[in-house]
Amino acid sequence: MYNFDVEKPGTIAEAAAAMGADEAQALGGGQTLIPTLKQRLASPSKLVSLKGVAEMQGMGKDGNTLRIGGATTHATVAADGSYPALSALASHIGDPAVRNRGTIGGSLANNDPAACYPAAALASGATIVTNTRQISADDYFQGMFDTALEEGEIITAVSFPIPQAANYQKFVQPASRFALVGVFVAKYADGVRVAVTGASNEGVFRWTEAEAALSTNFSASALDGLTVDPDNMITDLHGAAAYRAHLVKVMTGRAVTAAG
Amino acid sequence: MTKVTMTVNGKTVSGDVEGRTLLASFLRDDQGLTGTHIGCDTSQCGACVVHVDGVAVKSCTMLAAEADGATVDTIEGQANADGSLNVIQQAFQDHHGLQCGFCTPGMVMSAAALLKENPKPSEQEVREYLEGNICRCTGYHNIVKAIMAASGQDVTAIAAE
Ligand SMILES: Cc1cc2nc3c(=O)[nH]c(=O)nc-3n(C[C@H](O)[C@H](O)[C@H](O)COP(=O)(O)OP(=O)(O)OC[C@H]3O[C@@H](n4cnc5c(N)ncnc54)[C@H](O)[C@@H]3O)c2cc1C
Ligand code: FES
Ligand code: FES
Repeated sequence: MYNFDVEKPGTIAEAAAAMGADEAQALGGGQTLIPTLKQRLASPSKLVSLKGVAEMQGMGKDGNTLRIGGATTHATVAADGSYPALSALASHIGDPAVRNRGTIGGSLANNDPAACYPAAALASGATIVTNTRQISADDYFQGMFDTALEEGEIITAVSFPIPQAANYQKFVQPASRFALVGVFVAKYADGVRVAVTGASNEGVFRWTEAEAALSTNFSASALDGLTVDPDNMITDLHGAAAYRAHLVKVMTGRAVTAAG
Repeated sequence: MTKVTMTVNGKTVSGDVEGRTLLASFLRDDQGLTGTHIGCDTSQCGACVVHVDGVAVKSCTMLAAEADGATVDTIEGQANADGSLNVIQQAFQDHHGLQCGFCTPGMVMSAAALLKENPKPSEQEVREYLEGNICRCTGYHNIVKAIMAASGQDVTAIAAE
């Protein structure tokens, strides 16, 4: 690792000010960033640790909306249960030690094409709250490792409208523990949303044909006539594009059945 | 360099660290606590698991500066006060839960975290909890058996494979 300074602000305002320094970078749980630094793929001059920002910790329900602070760990979300499908998703990210450090803000900022939280945020039509604005999930995800965040912008919270029914199905890539393909299905009064992670070269995406079919008939059989185009799917040593396309449909069906 | 102070295995320790100093390096190189192992560069193997403020973390994936003020427990602090092996360590010995021993400190620390949360886990729960702890020798079977035994459950039905 190249060396860097570590700053530990206590408030969002202090964190935002610290991020103004040249080559400063946010440090959430470090579960992605520290391995990246070890490979010398980044060389920040300063890491701004968000763990000590009390306003960014913890979660709370306000009516039908669940607000999760940007520095809240996967373990805290897993233990909560006010949005059961989301807690179940968090409880299967990586392993216990990763969940004790990794944060929702870090996961969404990183937007790994195989990460779990992006699927939940997109399928739930969540709102990403930053130190300067609110971004709807539909505008936030902009391709593999790419988001609407500006330089120095901090995810301070994420708001999830809680659906009537939801489920996340993850086909685990057993070496990395990330999703080979993961599908999050969420059913709201005004329709069903389906978001797919792990599969596409463009990162997380909505499977709109399935959404239309499931909004009329919320059962796995509604997917029968649909096919997923393997054209833009990821091919790597763990699975070919056609295999991933096939898995998208299988996982969506399982998620619908499990959501009930 | 910044000064960090933490409570390691019940003792207050401090040292000067660089921003990039990992908790694992601080424990091993500054404190001489080499029971915490470093087995990978990718945060995947779990040989470095310690407890920070009571929960399992990979000490190779946390900065020493982030542990300033924290309570850290390592494998060196696990034995009973009289120096004898604690119940988990003894179970690893009794059930042949280690061969080369490289993964063992991380395995024992993960097992301790599991049994604190879930004192009577099922075999499946033990396996799931160890997802982030890799062992190249044992095939895991006897590790799982040792942890089940340490939890006070009857392991005679679990075959030694
Ligand atoms: C062994 C292992 C297995 C894993 N398995 C999975 C898995 O199955 N599914 C999955 O989804 N993930 C998995 N992960 C990744 C894990 O969830 C990380 O915790 C997560 O991707 C990053 O979160 P973090 O808080 O650790 O962020 P960091 O590593 O601290 O940061 C990641 C990036 O986000 C930026 N950042 C951090 N916080 C913020 C913020 N609040 N606002 C703006 N930018 C920010 C950082 O600058 C950096 O660029 C795994 C990781 C490991 C090591
Ligand atoms: S050394 Fe920490 S996970 Fe491998
Ligand atoms: S006993 Fe050798 S790595 Fe586990």
